[in-house]
Amino acid sequence: MGDLTELNLAEARDGLAKKEFSASELAQAHVDAVAASAPLNAFVLETADKALAMAADSDARLAAGTARPLEGLPIGVKDLFCTKDIRTTACSNILDEFTPTYESTVTQNLWNDGAVMLGKLNNDEFAMGSSNETSRFGPVVNPWRGADGQNLVPGGSSGGSSAAVAAHLGVAATATDTGGSIRQPAAFTGTVGMKPTYGRCSRWGIVAFASSLDQAGPICRNVRDTAIMLTSMSGFDAKDTTSIDRPVPDYEAALTGDIRGLKVGIPKEYRVDNMPAEIDALWQQGIDWLRAAGAEIVDISLPHTKYALPAYYIIAPAEASSNLARYDGVRYGARKAGVDLEDMYAGTRAAGFGEEVTRRVMIGTYALSAGYYDAYYIKALQVRRLIAEDFAAAYEKCDVLLTPTTPSAAFPIGGKVDDPLDMYLNDVFTVTVNLAGLPGISVPAGLDKDGLPLGLQLIGQAFGEEQLLRVARVMEAAAGFAARPQAWWKDQ
Amino acid sequence: MSETGGTNNLIGGATGDWEIVLGLEVHAQVMSNAKLFSGAATEFGAEPNAQVSLIDAAMPGMLPVINMKCVEQAVRTGLGLKAQINLTSVFDRKNYFYPDLPQGYQISQFKQPIVGEGEIEIDLDDGVVKKVGIERLHLEQDAGKSLHDQHPEQSFVDLNRSGVALMEIVSRPDMRSAAEAQAYVKKLRAILRYLGTCDGNMEQGSLRADVNVSVRRPGDALGTRCEIKNVNSIRFIGQAIEYEARRQIDLIEDGGEVKQETRLFDPKNGKTRAMRSKEEAHDYRYFPDPDLLPLTFSQSFVDDIAAGLPELPDDKKARFISDYGLSAYDAGILVAEAENAAYFEAAAQGRDAKAVANMVVGSLFAGLNKAGLAIADSPVSPSQLGGLVDLLADDTISSRIAKYVFELMFDDGPYQGRDAADIVEEKGLKQVTDTGAIEAAVDEVIAANPDKVEQAKAKPKMAGWFVGQVMQATGGKANPQAVNKLVAAKLGLDEDA
Repeated sequence: MGDLTELNLAEARDGLAKKEFSASELAQAHVDAVAASAPLNAFVLETADKALAMAADSDARLAAGTARPLEGLPIGVKDLFCTKDIRTTACSNILDEFTPTYESTVTQNLWNDGAVMLGKLNNDEFAMGSSNETSRFGPVVNPWRGADGQNLVPGGSSGGSSAAVAAHLGVAATATDTGGSIRQPAAFTGTVGMKPTYGRCSRWGIVAFASSLDQAGPICRNVRDTAIMLTSMSGFDAKDTTSIDRPVPDYEAALTGDIRGLKVGIPKEYRVDNMPAEIDALWQQGIDWLRAAGAEIVDISLPHTKYALPAYYIIAPAEASSNLARYDGVRYGARKAGVDLEDMYAGTRAAGFGEEVTRRVMIGTYALSAGYYDAYYIKALQVRRLIAEDFAAAYEKCDVLLTPTTPSAAFPIGGKVDDPLDMYLNDVFTVTVNLAGLPGISVPAGLDKDGLPLGLQLIGQAFGEEQLLRVARVMEAAAGFAARPQAWWKDQ
Repeated sequence: MSETGGTNNLIGGATGDWEIVLGLEVHAQVMSNAKLFSGAATEFGAEPNAQVSLIDAAMPGMLPVINMKCVEQAVRTGLGLKAQINLTSVFDRKNYFYPDLPQGYQISQFKQPIVGEGEIEIDLDDGVVKKVGIERLHLEQDAGKSLHDQHPEQSFVDLNRSGVALMEIVSRPDMRSAAEAQAYVKKLRAILRYLGTCDGNMEQGSLRADVNVSVRRPGDALGTRCEIKNVNSIRFIGQAIEYEARRQIDLIEDGGEVKQETRLFDPKNGKTRAMRSKEEAHDYRYFPDPDLLPLTFSQSFVDDIAAGLPELPDDKKARFISDYGLSAYDAGILVAEAENAAYFEAAAQGRDAKAVANMVVGSLFAGLNKAGLAIADSPVSPSQLGGLVDLLADDTISSRIAKYVFELMFDDGPYQGRDAADIVEEKGLKQVTDTGAIEAAVDEVIAANPDKVEQAKAKPKMAGWFVGQVMQATGGKANPQAVNKLVAAKLGLDEDA
């Protein structure tokens, strides 16, 4: 039977279908792997009993011939997704031991399709961060280590998801992406991460960070698995009026391997200052792979790119400052008693929110204040529209865009926590996609000089997920990325 | 009809006359079985926190979904206010912290409301009709209720009202007296009730007003205003305005100046007091709610609602005057409540409408008022009231007997709820129209009072005394016109004297 955690999602699915092993065996192997992964700090809550119970149910269905698309496949869930009767904290102290009475639409979709829940995954507090160092549960450690063996960040905010998938602690994980929180951690861990078009997945039941930017998506170990997960996660939800009512295609079926004649745009503005030469070289490599596969390469311009990061760091904090107002100690979560109401509010929020969340709430409150609103928030919205128009103009000339995912590989834990601006630069290639509401995917494409994974990002047109996945699969095949981290955490 | 209305609304101060300028923001709870953005019920009087959805309690990850019934009601109201309907409007978040505001923001409409400019006509006591401009109407969520009197150290929160749909209807500063402001609220409430978009119940808080008050010298620019929050009865609106205007005038005349602030009206002492100054005002940090797309609907959605609008008070009043020949006064009273107008119309079918109106406005309203009953609970049905009017019209009974019969039909007792004709028959109340019988009675009174006959010849008004005596002698059943005629004839007087 071998180690069942070696199997990727589609392989496990096919193995279950052929009855090579049972869902219970598959679940047990993953439960054991999770239990042995403490040094990674990827899981903040393990739900072994639930996993085994769900797997038993899956075995019954597999035996009865009524298996569903994800029957028996063990996955992890980012702690931003509300899970019924299972503690959900967004990795913030302010939610304390909050246990929802409801299940997020995206996770419900996954359970409806037969997936098995391994537990809740670490993330940056309220998904605010690019290194998974702002979690109340402490930092997640990247399964990939630096040349000198130092601990690296797994990216963020979905660092628990990326680390877990890279370490084979599940065949896939749910994640969310507000400015790059799926794609950047995927790039840092040699995994595939996809943020679909805004409105493709329901936001209902996902703890909100910035409503107009947040979107759920999967992190997996390859493009095919990503397509399978996305098919189950997607769909219209009447409970989220920003979700879009259009049919969900079978994304796996879109992986034809044929991209001949496809036009791939290369945005010149993404050639930023101080970008490591190896990332530039990898980007060129990606261009060559796609050209070799029959695509046509087109130089395009996204002139307002340089304004994207500043605009993002106005819009996202502005929305967050309002979205997080509900954590006030009155109805649920942590409360710090005070001498009066104001004292209770101030004490509760000061104790409940970490430094990065506090910083963003302050920035957002400031940006929306009387006298500053027009200069900051309105200006940022104007920039956002210009960025969307840049993409629209680019897609007159090409079908998808190819860019690096991040300006660097994973960095050491603690390396950037004291420099928020430097930290924010991690999102420079990813935020534009959220601002324009487009789908983006990061595919592992190579290693840097220290042997750390690097990703390339493909950006699609709105609801162009099929085409995007098709190109991603072709690039993945060309890259032939097969490197894996040493399983050092098992020895500790 | 006059555009400016009551011209003499100035009030005197120590240093001359002052003009009050009033604008109102009325919060009207939308009649709907569910909240603005959640499916929770909205019925008044439920157990605390029994009508709270996950959305109303602002649980993590919950999202608002617009209730189109509330949108329909807002459009309906806008049409009733002859207002501009905006096919695209935007919901904004108004951010502030309070325990009865679970989200930490109220979803409202700030820059782009669903309804724009309109107007309503208000009826003043002197018969003058005045137009008051409507600036806008927007949809917003109500907050919950904080209960501070349930526990010595703690406050409790009831979220039943959290998320209930309100229409905020903002007037232009077009009113110039407390009476005008009261007439405005009465008319607005009537329109809302006709439309079925708000029950207008001020005691239960489904209709409440913020009153903006300022004073100025006639002809001057607008003065600094104070906003009196949440006044919840028409009487209090009047009291609050009277007090606040006088306070501002006294302040200015004493050399001070009015500071822009929010004030509260205390019904216990009839005074307003400062709540917070402009400097202390919240910075609400309005911005478009990113959970909701702009609210859009088609012109045909509006047209369908317009096609289903009921007749509104002004139109009904005009029709009552033209079709039923009612006085403007009676018509105005009857249309003030849709139920009254409906009662009248049901009773007036096929008979003298003016006589019906008289009895509705007179006997019926007096009876209801005394008994504290709503018209829907009247012991006398419209057709029964009509039957009574019929007996009056064909001279079966006199108007005095009619009043008596109405009381029997209305009041508690063996005759309550019975038809007038039965009561008249049973109690032998039919009017004596037999001239012979009346003549005999007249002769008898004249014969018994020769001195009075002499006086009456000198002073014809004395005829009334004879009429009274005859009516008494006949137990009130004699036809008054016949008695008048005969008395005049027998005394040799001109009947019209």
